[in-house]
Amino acid sequence: MQYIPNILFIIALVAGIGYFAMNIRKIIRNIKLGQEVDASDNTAQRWSNVVRIALGQSKMVVRPIPGLLHVIVYVGFIIINIEVLEIIIDGIFGTHRVLFSILPAGLYNFLIASFEILAFLVLVGVILFWTRRNIQKLKRFWANEMKGWPKNDGNFILYFEMVLMVLFLTMNAADQSLQSLGAAHYVQAGSFPISQFIAPLFNGLSEGTLIAIERGAWWLHILGILVFLNYLYFSKHLHIILAFPNVYFGKVVPKGKFKNLDSVTNEVKMMMDPNVDPFAAPAEGATEAPAKFGASDAMDLSRIQLLNAYTCTECGRCTDECPANITGKKLSPRKIMMDTRDRLEEIGKNINKNGEFKPDGKQLLDDYITREELWACTTCNACVEACPVSIDPLSIIMDMRQYLVMEQSAAPTELNVAMTNIENNGAPWPYNQMDRLNWKDEN
Amino acid sequence: MAEYMAQGKKPEVLFWVGCAGSFDDRAKKITKAFVKLLNKANIDFAVLGTEESCTGDPAKRAGNEFLFQMQAMTNIEVLNGYEIKKIVTACPHCFNTIKNEYPGLGGNYEIMHHTQFLKSLMEEGRLKVEGGKFKGKRITFHDPCYLGRANGEYEAPRELLKKLEVELVEMKRCKSRGLCCGAGGAQMFKEPEPGNKDINVERTEEALETAPKIIAAACPFCNTMMTDGVKAKHAEDDVQVLDIAEMIANAEDL
Repeated sequence: MQYIPNILFIIALVAGIGYFAMNIRKIIRNIKLGQEVDASDNTAQRWSNVVRIALGQSKMVVRPIPGLLHVIVYVGFIIINIEVLEIIIDGIFGTHRVLFSILPAGLYNFLIASFEILAFLVLVGVILFWTRRNIQKLKRFWANEMKGWPKNDGNFILYFEMVLMVLFLTMNAADQSLQSLGAAHYVQAGSFPISQFIAPLFNGLSEGTLIAIERGAWWLHILGILVFLNYLYFSKHLHIILAFPNVYFGKVVPKGKFKNLDSVTNEVKMMMDPNVDPFAAPAEGATEAPAKFGASDAMDLSRIQLLNAYTCTECGRCTDECPANITGKKLSPRKIMMDTRDRLEEIGKNINKNGEFKPDGKQLLDDYITREELWACTTCNACVEACPVSIDPLSIIMDMRQYLVMEQSAAPTELNVAMTNIENNGAPWPYNQMDRLNWKDEN
Repeated sequence: MAEYMAQGKKPEVLFWVGCAGSFDDRAKKITKAFVKLLNKANIDFAVLGTEESCTGDPAKRAGNEFLFQMQAMTNIEVLNGYEIKKIVTACPHCFNTIKNEYPGLGGNYEIMHHTQFLKSLMEEGRLKVEGGKFKGKRITFHDPCYLGRANGEYEAPRELLKKLEVELVEMKRCKSRGLCCGAGGAQMFKEPEPGNKDINVERTEEALETAPKIIAAACPFCNTMMTDGVKAKHAEDDVQVLDIAEMIANAEDL
């Protein structure tokens, strides 16, 4: 009988981690629906980006207030995980504050004290985040694409974190009271700079009640963490994991460099080569031309672009800096990422149901992202620069424009005129190429 | 360039004029100002003239990869034919395309934006400039996206303005967070999508908040957009939009 809590704990742990792992596998499968892309270059630069941008949060602090708050929550999250490790060991083996028996007392007390301070700071940070969203109503959290689920999702995450931190501090406060009562099993361990202010609330409670509070908070805290872990897959909050690989795979060439399509290069080279036999049959085993140019659906995008979509945490810094969005156009780079993920998830569910993807008469273009959005982009790279986790919404916009122009010849009329001019007179305007040097003799 | 070739000579640098610099009346002034500076510094330069063609930037950014690569390959054939090694251009779009997208298609050149080139001339002592008429004037600089964010060059134009001894006031959004003028991504050649404001007006308002005498630009398209913006705000009597090359040339009354 005495092992029941241990067994229940192990079941909860395995179920919690197992379900999460299953969903992560789904994400990996969905990302692999995208086009393969070679990212084996610039390894040193990529790792340095991970250290600077992901670990070092260098882009978060471009905006000092949310940046600082985020650093606090991020550091708190990472460091408090050491405490979770202790909780897991205790849960499995039925020990209590096991690290105290392993680590020197001074170090243990220091650790617990720092967890408490961080937990308090995280709580403050999260409350301020909530205020920014709900009281201050910052514009980027109230944009069109943030209605309904995305808005609730953002708040649920903050509530989760608030509750977890309060439970952690409550647990420590009750533990402290039990320690001072000399209750069995509760060793004198830890230093409690924050929860010492909560402990007086428990004065006069019986040992039994205190144990119930302590155990209750302990269980709810660890179960809460497992639930939160599994909530990630359904929310925008995956960035706490995916930010790291995403930054690694982020763009490492100048932002102005857009990729050249190799298939087109081959065509153009053939066209310009006077020795090519125009009637030649394709060589045996020659690589076939790609099925289509550009992207009209999620699986036409690259795996990195799909990883981008799962990583996006909808902070909206991209949209906030987008010149098109600022001036009231429909384009929002954040929405491009959200749409891509939504469509990819839809495709994933279709595969779950049918074993393979059955055409559903929908695609990313038009059903999610409209042409008006795509044509509003100035390719200025403000969104790419703004993203704290190296997401590249511009590359998706470009791929979709490519599909519109090269597969559908559906460019806006004025652009067709400009392109015809380029083709015929080597300039986007209707001037004669022979007049290119006229400026030389004008005054 | 053909003349140089016929004489068996090679210029120190090829000046890539670009479509705006060749055809647009306003941008032609920038071209001429830059040429004056090149001449003053005794730079042995050439232009392709009628053999120059669009780099393909607007085609690529509009999604027409095929047309882009046609343009690119044709230009690369011409440039490689003349064994061009070093190019300077006054257009950040041409600069970006030749620098980043031509190498993959066989076009490898040392390419500089004219602000970088002018800065290097000054550092080498080949071109001297003093404040002249711009000394102490309040000036704000608009970062071209394809020079700044796209290629990380924020300092060259600012160094030049410093040489002119102007009072440089930065806009709220500048350098890596600078706001686009609205022309990039082939927007120059189409009407904007529906919205509540034009991007160039938004940007011009921001520039005017710094109460400048001059809005300095380093891109012919930004120049057009900001000039239009200044007109839209009826500020053209008080505020000029000038390319940095024009400012340097004017400072010297060239």
